[in-house]
Amino acid sequence: MSLLKDILVIDFSQFLSGPSASLRLADLGARVIKVEKPETGDICRQLYVSEVKVAGESTIFHTINRNKESFTADLKNEANKIQVRQLIAKADVVMHNFRPGVMDRLGFSYEAVKAIRPEIIYAEISGYGEDGPWKDLPGQDLLLQALTGLPYLNGESDKAPTPMGISVVDILAGTHLTQGILAALYRRDQNGEGGLVQVSMLESAMDFQFEVFTTFLNDGEELPQRSRTNHAHAYVAAPYGVYATADGYLALAMGNIQVLKELLVCPELGEFTDPGEWFDRRDEIKTILARHLEPKSTAYWLGILEPADIWCARVLDFDSMRAEEGYRVLEMEMMVKTTKGHELKTTRCPIRVNGQLLTSPQGAPFLGEHNDAIAQEFGLK
Amino acid sequence: MSDKGASPNNPLPLKGVLVLEFCQYLSGPSAGLRLADLGARVIKIENPGKGDLCRILPIKNRWVGENSLLFHTINRNKESYTVNLKSPEELAEILELIRQADVVMHNFRPGVMEKLGLGYEKLKGLNPGLVYAEISGYGSRGPWVKKPGQDLLLQAMTGLMYASGDRHDPPVPFGLAIGDILCGAQIVQGILAALVSRNRSGKGAKIELSLFESLLDFQFELLTTYFAGGQRPLRSKVQNAHPLLGAPYGIYATRDGHMAIAMVPLKTLEEALGCKALGRFTQEMVFTHRDKIKKVLADHLASDNTAFWLAGMREKGLWAMDVKNWKALKQEAGYKHMKLEQKVRLPDGQPVLTNRCPIRIDGKRLVSDRPAPALGTDSEKIRKEFNLFKATT
Repeated sequence: MSLLKDILVIDFSQFLSGPSASLRLADLGARVIKVEKPETGDICRQLYVSEVKVAGESTIFHTINRNKESFTADLKNEANKIQVRQLIAKADVVMHNFRPGVMDRLGFSYEAVKAIRPEIIYAEISGYGEDGPWKDLPGQDLLLQALTGLPYLNGESDKAPTPMGISVVDILAGTHLTQGILAALYRRDQNGEGGLVQVSMLESAMDFQFEVFTTFLNDGEELPQRSRTNHAHAYVAAPYGVYATADGYLALAMGNIQVLKELLVCPELGEFTDPGEWFDRRDEIKTILARHLEPKSTAYWLGILEPADIWCARVLDFDSMRAEEGYRVLEMEMMVKTTKGHELKTTRCPIRVNGQLLTSPQGAPFLGEHNDAIAQEFGLK
Repeated sequence: MSDKGASPNNPLPLKGVLVLEFCQYLSGPSAGLRLADLGARVIKIENPGKGDLCRILPIKNRWVGENSLLFHTINRNKESYTVNLKSPEELAEILELIRQADVVMHNFRPGVMEKLGLGYEKLKGLNPGLVYAEISGYGSRGPWVKKPGQDLLLQAMTGLMYASGDRHDPPVPFGLAIGDILCGAQIVQGILAALVSRNRSGKGAKIELSLFESLLDFQFELLTTYFAGGQRPLRSKVQNAHPLLGAPYGIYATRDGHMAIAMVPLKTLEEALGCKALGRFTQEMVFTHRDKIKKVLADHLASDNTAFWLAGMREKGLWAMDVKNWKALKQEAGYKHMKLEQKVRLPDGQPVLTNRCPIRIDGKRLVSDRPAPALGTDSEKIRKEFNLFKATT
């Protein structure tokens, strides 16, 4: 089921934010052509994160760029630029994540691209916006986390500010860009007009925090206070948190403390009858719970809590998760293969369409792999 | 901020799209909010007693009138229509409304909508162009179908709690509802792709997503590396910021605060910070000696102030940033320049400040001062406008 059949995306982006957006478009059925610099290409090709490589390239690159084509062009060379303009003339979407001003200097600003293809959707991701005092700062995930207060939401209150261990700002900015691109494509089909879609990592990082940041804006700007113990969310009452048991860890979400007192046979919780106190005195409640849960196994507690519809779960790591039937039925894993036969197991697109999984066996392209085929197909000179 | 040549009179991209939101809490309603900000008309379909249970779910005990501030944050720019789905007359009304809608989305547990007579197969017969979007916790089959699809529990079950914090810390959750937010954002992608497809084919589609799949997708780099190497990616023992990345990637304490350092070659770092002790490590050692390198750096950075270190790094264009809290962030000219806040006006005139939509279209910020709806406040208007009375007579 190919929802974006016949949509052509010309993608100038590198690393994670832009390429994760074009990966989603590819999985939804679009054709994505990466335009890369000759010799080096997307810098992510050389961003090694482990000893494991695919044909000398980073596995991360191959994860993010499967199901795409690669066309090399030196954007400072006039002959190459003409070829890229010819590609753009047939494109539905042009996207990039260069620093502000770079595409303008290369001759591929929105105005320039619109002159070639009036109904184009032109989409860009910046770090901090296209103008303003921060426009030239590096748009890197950890730096954006640091700037926007995210590390003050994780870990216990006696810990240093703790970053989120996934490139969450990159991924959300890519997700928001895809939303904007698709909304603009919908409008183009309605009225024939293209559009400009802009997202910055700064805007995405703040949007991610919209619930708690709105609370801050309206409560006299009190900064978030992480729990002293068993922290999971600075704005949520006890018992919300992760608790050690005799053989692992148990996550407990929102729940009524008096109901928990009965179920867990924990009389010490008896004094916390006022729900308002479940937030204000959460550290005391969590300390009691932590002490009470620690001596017995996770399975023991789940056996009591699950039948009573208490929101709880065992904490799994990748090894134990993969052993679960509930994981296997999702069929989240798939194999992809490069044209030279290198195989890589990765995860599929999470979206299902008409009950079908969106999978593709096509691995990431080698640098310039599709130069000839694209030149021929588009009649490039 | 220039509009760089965009057509001035182009409408919001989703103008004319009608979305019926049968959703509660965060995952579905955050998707509805995004669609509304992009120009769609979003009607919350709520039961007449309590409505969306988020109305009475506060965070930090904050309320605005009878509803939580949290509900106001997630549901601004929408309408509310109340209906008792168990009454045949009222169900007939809602079916007539669905016949005229573009999108139906829900986040009930699997099977609930079917039981109410609102499953996709039935609605498709009524409205072949309908895009039907469904969010679940764990998918629609398997042993976990009935488990509560709550964010922290999904974080627990997808291994995500072993990405943050240091090696010997217990599992460390993300302090935000990442599963809900990501799943909501991805269902928007699916809905919009289906609307684009409908422009050509005239046919709608069913889009399904679960919090579990969203959080696995979120970890696609970690999981692919794990599949390839057979080893769980481990958090560093100190200063962990990403299990897959070598030294110096992390947040470090300085004499007066904290700073983040991203990918920087060791030799460059040694020179920029005057940290001679780094000289005994080569670039090849950033994974094998990750903890040792980070420890050396941590000791060095504790000896002076953040501003001092940052000056040395910024001068060379290196990837570093001081760690700010929201108060400090709000003082910055760079923050103010982006105009990230907007005012929502409550019916009694009281303003609530909140974030605006992060996407800009045609050079314009998408803002709306329309508040969240009171329960059922738009029911009569909608009944008349869509001529729903005839459905029951």
